[in-house]
Amino acid sequence: MSSFKAFDIAGSGMSAQSVRLNTTASNLANAESVSGDPNRVYKARHPIFEAVRAQLQAGAAQQGGDAAVRVTGIYESQAPATARYEPGNPLANAEGYVYAPAVNVVEEMVNMISASRSYQNNVEVMNTSKDLLLATLRLGQS
Amino acid sequence: MPLNLDQYVSVHAAALDVRARRTELIANNLANADTPGYKARDLDFRQAMARAAGETPTSGVHLSTTQAGHIGGNAAADATANPDLKYRTPLAPSLDGNTVDAQLEQAAFAENAVRYQATLTFLNSKFRNLMTAILGS
Repeated sequence: MSSFKAFDIAGSGMSAQSVRLNTTASNLANAESVSGDPNRVYKARHPIFEAVRAQLQAGAAQQGGDAAVRVTGIYESQAPATARYEPGNPLANAEGYVYAPAVNVVEEMVNMISASRSYQNNVEVMNTSKDLLLATLRLGQS
Repeated sequence: MPLNLDQYVSVHAAALDVRARRTELIANNLANADTPGYKARDLDFRQAMARAAGETPTSGVHLSTTQAGHIGGNAAADATANPDLKYRTPLAPSLDGNTVDAQLEQAAFAENAVRYQATLTFLNSKFRNLMTAILGS
């Protein structure tokens, strides 16, 4: 039954957006995780989304058009860590510097809002599809 | 005269199918609202309905071959690969190549859902008429 595909698609969107929310949460939580070594400092993580064509069903290849979304990977930002002069910090290196991760808090907040809106959109799609399917099941009964 | 039930509900049954397909497509667009490079797609309802009614759609671009050496478009491949699918013309595409406009898609989804329900209502009333005829009450 083809209408159930809408569930799979919306579900894939929800899972992708929740991965994005998770990485955002991790980035924000570690925004102040300083380290004395610039190479060991936390790196911001971002998911990579990709449209998946015709993998939901074996027979979907002819249909075209249907594409769920998939997280193909999570890349670590290569932005250099920012050095801060804090000689009193126990983590500071010999020169008195600590290194903070290059997490842009504003960017992460925007990402979070965007992810949660997209998630809500997918939930809406799922709810509406469910209502339509249930109405279809009741066809001819009322 | 026997009643052909298939013919009795034909338009609405086909419309329900096309609407269900459109639901999927818009669900796709919304699921891929943040996928770089994704191009939003939609269904040409008129064309899909014409196809369901067994007509050959009038719209669509074809390569015409006027000379012996011309290579025609692959009409067969075109027909199997769902020619009713169109790409949406973006109003403001994002920098990453994504052409999904979430608001527009949401509106289209809501509209499609309402029309799906309208088709269901039509079908329901068809069945009710049939029941009235059968029961005679």
